[in-house]
Amino acid sequence: MFKQVINLMLVSFILMLFGLSAQAATPKEPLWPTLKVAYFGDKPIRENANDLLVIEAPKRAEDAAIVPITVKSLVAQTPDKYIKNIHIIIDNNPEPYSANFHLSPALGLIDISTRMRVDQYTDIRAIAEMNDGSLHMVSRFVKASGGCSAPAGKDAAAALARLGKMQIRMRTPTLGEPVQTQVIVSHPNYNGLQFDQASRRYIPAHYVKNINISYNDTSLINVDTGISVSEDPSIRFTFTPKLNGVLKADIIDSEGQTFSMQKEI
Amino acid sequence: MKRFFGLLLLTVSSINISSGATDYTISELGEGIYYHQGVHEDASAQNIGAIANVSFVIGDTCVAVIDSGGSYLEGSYLRKAIKETTDLPICYVINTHVHPDHTFGNAAFKIDKPTFIGHSKLAAAMEARKTYFDHTFKDILGSTYTGTEFIPPSITVENNKPLTIDLGNRKLELTAYITAHTDNDLTVFDDTTKTLWTGDLLFIERIPALDGSINGWITVMDNMLSLDLNCIIPGHGTPAHSNWKEAINHQLHYFNLMRDQIRSIIANLGTIDEATKSVGLTEQSNWELFDQYHRRNVTASFVELEWE
Repeated sequence: MFKQVINLMLVSFILMLFGLSAQAATPKEPLWPTLKVAYFGDKPIRENANDLLVIEAPKRAEDAAIVPITVKSLVAQTPDKYIKNIHIIIDNNPEPYSANFHLSPALGLIDISTRMRVDQYTDIRAIAEMNDGSLHMVSRFVKASGGCSAPAGKDAAAALARLGKMQIRMRTPTLGEPVQTQVIVSHPNYNGLQFDQASRRYIPAHYVKNINISYNDTSLINVDTGISVSEDPSIRFTFTPKLNGVLKADIIDSEGQTFSMQKEI
Repeated sequence: MKRFFGLLLLTVSSINISSGATDYTISELGEGIYYHQGVHEDASAQNIGAIANVSFVIGDTCVAVIDSGGSYLEGSYLRKAIKETTDLPICYVINTHVHPDHTFGNAAFKIDKPTFIGHSKLAAAMEARKTYFDHTFKDILGSTYTGTEFIPPSITVENNKPLTIDLGNRKLELTAYITAHTDNDLTVFDDTTKTLWTGDLLFIERIPALDGSINGWITVMDNMLSLDLNCIIPGHGTPAHSNWKEAINHQLHYFNLMRDQIRSIIANLGTIDEATKSVGLTEQSNWELFDQYHRRNVTASFVELEWE
């Protein structure tokens, strides 16, 4: 975690050196070579790893504040060989490093969806880090939304009023069968760019930092989330309950507030 | 000169402000109400961002501007049209909501030192979008953007507390709404002619774009139907006269249909992707720019209705 903070600082510094503000229009120079070094050092990354991973995103960010992104694996997780982490990088967002999914070998085939803010024309990358440390990448280009769609929230008052409210949504599962599940938490996910009229100040960044989804106390998905994640963070995933038990979602936000919900299966 | 212009306007229903290659047409609706009708396109340097309806209303002592245009340049054309129509001062610039096509012309009126008026949540919405709009629209609008500033209201209107302003024997009633098209929608009602400026609470011809709350917007439209009106000037599209209720019902139909279909997808644990691929597609032929905005409306509605 500390390493990640240093890396983020390094990225900001490098971007400054390049004279590229995070708020600038679509950068003329691709940022990826810089980001790659900042996040992964000199480790090789296998590109177009279409035999391992699929990333789905709309061609155009219809609503800049809510862009659904899905990552699927084509090779089932096994205890010997599994995807340990999936890093999501959105090159041209104010903070490109958007999420890191820590995944359990028990997940089977990975099928995870979330929703991101996409400010401008950008590559969105999913980088799988295997348990042997090797890195494999797939990416999609997403066009910016047109017109008045901004990554700002639509109704800050409503979002704040239901802060921390959670849902775990799924069909009645059958033991041994994969079941699609959605964990969603209401949170304004302030990215530090919103303004509060009453205090005439920018609202400090206040966002969900970590979502841990566990089954019978074993973590299935633990995701570190950043400010690219949309208001009301949502994680949709597939897992196969083999025994009856308790599915639990624990949320921590950047102010240390915690929210939790569970469901018996 | 003023009288001459007045006479001219009795016989000619529109005036052209020519500047370079662009013709900027102002139409007179009657009794001191003038407007420029925006084109049904996305904003661009070619159309100078003039995609929304912008208006001015003349009383005995004052002029009020209702939405200032989609670029500094459009604002300056609108101002020129006003100056060619009347010698009365521009006392008020009213913004019906935060979107660029309704506010980017504000700075062109600074020289008149008007009172800027908007919803009590307008300034916050402007601040939240400022950085994004600035870097995006500099690219989209090119040189027509030059001079654009984000000018917040100096007087605000709160939900349930309408504000009346007087242009000299002509009262305008300003009403603020719950979150609907945006969280900062404002309408203007001219008592003299029973004309309502809806801002983007009503789109005619052009597909509505949701940047607020589908439930709020449906409620606001339902309530609007019970008003006593002669005319509506929508945020986009041709002003409606005796057919104004039809126009509201047309838009209501679109949102009600979309809401019903999305609710059933959510109840069935469906995804945003499923919704954008199926919801409301029968409505395509009813709206201009459907392909550019419909999926976005579905997406925005979906994440709201998920919390019902």
